[in-house]
Amino acid sequence: MSTSSIQFDRRSFLKVTATTGGGMMLGLSWAASAAEISEAPFMEAMTFNAFVKISPEGVITIMSPNPECGQNIKTAMPMLVAEELDCDWSKVVVEQAGLDSTKYTRQVAGGSGSTPASWKPLRTAGATARQMLISAAAKRWNVSASECSTSNGVVLHTASGKKATYGELATDAAKMEVPKDVPLKAVKDFKIIGQSHKAVDNKKIFTGKQEFGLDFKREGMLIGVVARPPAFGMKIKSVNDSRTKSMPGIKQVIRFGNKVAVLGSSTWEVLKGRERLAIEWEVDTKLESSADHDAKMTELLGKSLEKPQRKDGDALAQFEGAHKVIESKFEAPFLPHAPMEPMNFFADVREDKAELIGPTQNPGSARNAAAQVLGIAPEKVSVMMTRMGGGFGRRLNADFAAEAAEVSKLAKAPVKLMWTREDDMTGGIYRPACHYLYRAALDAQGNVKAIHVRGAGLNVGNPLRENNFPAGAIEHFLAEGHNQQSNITTGPWRAPVHNFLAFAEQSFLDEIAEATGKDPVQLRLDWLAKAEKSPVGNVPYKIDRFRNTIELAAKKANWGKAPAGVFQGFSAYFSFNTYVAQVVEVTLEAGQPKIKRMVCAVDCGVVINPEHAINQIEGGLVDGLGHAMFSNMTFKDGVPDQTNYDSYRVIKMGDTPPVEVYFVENELDPTGLGEPALPPLSAAVGNAIFKATGIRLRKQPFSLNGLRNV
Amino acid sequence: MAEFTLKVNGTKYKVEAAADTPLLWILRDHLGLTGSKYGCGIGQCGACTVHVNGESMRSCALPVSAVGKAQVITIEGLSKTGEHPVQQAWHEVDVPQCGYCQAGQIMSAAALLKKNPTPSDADINSAMSGNICRCGTYNRIREAIHVAAKKVKS
Repeated sequence: MSTSSIQFDRRSFLKVTATTGGGMMLGLSWAASAAEISEAPFMEAMTFNAFVKISPEGVITIMSPNPECGQNIKTAMPMLVAEELDCDWSKVVVEQAGLDSTKYTRQVAGGSGSTPASWKPLRTAGATARQMLISAAAKRWNVSASECSTSNGVVLHTASGKKATYGELATDAAKMEVPKDVPLKAVKDFKIIGQSHKAVDNKKIFTGKQEFGLDFKREGMLIGVVARPPAFGMKIKSVNDSRTKSMPGIKQVIRFGNKVAVLGSSTWEVLKGRERLAIEWEVDTKLESSADHDAKMTELLGKSLEKPQRKDGDALAQFEGAHKVIESKFEAPFLPHAPMEPMNFFADVREDKAELIGPTQNPGSARNAAAQVLGIAPEKVSVMMTRMGGGFGRRLNADFAAEAAEVSKLAKAPVKLMWTREDDMTGGIYRPACHYLYRAALDAQGNVKAIHVRGAGLNVGNPLRENNFPAGAIEHFLAEGHNQQSNITTGPWRAPVHNFLAFAEQSFLDEIAEATGKDPVQLRLDWLAKAEKSPVGNVPYKIDRFRNTIELAAKKANWGKAPAGVFQGFSAYFSFNTYVAQVVEVTLEAGQPKIKRMVCAVDCGVVINPEHAINQIEGGLVDGLGHAMFSNMTFKDGVPDQTNYDSYRVIKMGDTPPVEVYFVENELDPTGLGEPALPPLSAAVGNAIFKATGIRLRKQPFSLNGLRNV
Repeated sequence: MAEFTLKVNGTKYKVEAAADTPLLWILRDHLGLTGSKYGCGIGQCGACTVHVNGESMRSCALPVSAVGKAQVITIEGLSKTGEHPVQQAWHEVDVPQCGYCQAGQIMSAAALLKKNPTPSDADINSAMSGNICRCGTYNRIREAIHVAAKKVKS
């Protein structure tokens, strides 16, 4: 096809699109939507900066640099650019950028950090391009730039009535000098930010055309699966691959380290080929069981730490003279991430370069890990991110990408390595198991004199977030965290440490309220007032924001005014610079608790895309409920007991109660939402179940206590 | 290896594969129809859901040899350009987070509405109990099914 005919096709497509947008197919909700236009190639676009390209036809392409794992960042990031560019959002085409450290910073989906980190840079990129378009128009019309304005993708000169579209100006504008220190809009002037916009990939997702990592295909690539040790602590003794090699469709069998890769032309053939490997495994290091883990953590909870993570006053002395001491132990298991799309990656490793394509939350770390295993410079490794079928922290780890690179190198062929669900669930990198001991010393009047928390986790690093509220409000506060090495591998799991610490902490606050006859919401508000008036040590949370969030949740849920038979539980937590407060309502049906409603108030500053923000928070609560109620990962002699969704129970639709989400309204810089809604939820559930049944739940999952969410 | 003739989304295909190959891998590896997803391989998560003679089925647990002359419809064949009421409703409610399970969810929902055009919440919970969404978009899925039901009615 010649260049000119391609251009004709592009133009005619855009014309059709414009007509559709004008009304012909208006009944179709995605007519002329961003996703629709993105399927068409378009004329050579002028590049303004790393985020903005504008073609002469007026198609505005905005690059989304961060990985998309369901947080809808691929819609939110371009909205930031489009807001300041002042263009028509329905005409914007969004493209996923690959890893490019020369153009972008922090291409990571983790730490609820994409939004706060992009808030100013991406808006600046849009505002800068807008200024260049204005300058080009001013020059063309021989007027002052200060007399020109923009609206919806058009530059206007009101005095003369002249106007030009961004497309008409693009070629000239892209050559203008890049202005510095461009002012940004005030929050009150936002037109795109703060309005709900549908996810840009919706149509592709709903028609089966969206490419995820596992869907990636390249001519000539091999499909691979890997046999890995069946237990943590085992290694290969011997391999006999003759039965595999003789099978049709099997191209190569490669032993590397303690693993064996089976490569072939179709998935089913390599899966069958792997089954026929005769591998003898032997014990390498100690084979750990859950009973060993529990015993170790119990032992550590009895030990003090020479250098505690936080020490205000002298808590131990207060316990010695206390009128009353309350003490509770909380336990949480290992958890796999179990994203719907199991781990996989494509790698094409050549003599002096490597191309990686797949689902990763951290392409930079995938590049570095691959470079290390290949023994080449990181600059020789390119990484393109596909959309991810969930991440939850699992894809922050680069093990699976580096493994694909290693296999491609050994096979001397492009390879897509896939993990089965069983590989994914038993392959390690779990949420660490953790136990906590909480103690409070009360005086004769029921005042809390001291709080002592001691944590112990397996490969957890620091099991505490020692500056968490109520630290800052308590005169004598001691926080000690133990880490125990284990050969069960761990990694970040949605809201690392917070995800279980919040349960222990917020359940224990409820126990304190119960023991001292205080209302749980009032107890928190009183302590926030104390931390405001006479703060003790480091207080990282903002008192007024925390208070507003707690009060909003209490108000919206009618805290304390539940009808007879409805029992409420409260929880509030600050993580990733976002404030969250929750009320869960429980009823009893045939003696079993049923979660009826979950209410969540959030202060995350400016809300960029409200519907997606709500979706993310709903997901956080549902995720929190599912893991609190059902999910458990245990080991016997290094072998995971749970291997697939039949033995590992995740939350299902019938378990899911209605969720209500409310935002504290302010104009503060936005903070992230991927993680903060999850941590406090399980305590709100446990506290509500206590009100309903009198049973304190201190061990997850709650199903171990015989409880179901009926 | 044996040869099978399949009718998928109204088109006839000849494929050569082992008789026990699950339909899912025929669709994905042989026919290039990757809209049906692999999630568990044991019929537990629903990401691979397709319609076989109008019934919702887990293609990961259905050997190609058992498909016979049945009409198979995948997410790619549910409608021409995404105009099925369930697909439209999914967009209106802006259901997905990661989106990986949604093709299976949509196929299960479409099969449900064919049998029961006005399902209650309990009907929906029951019909959708075999479809996992790890992102937890269940409330939106339930809402979207009600929205789709209204579209079907009008």
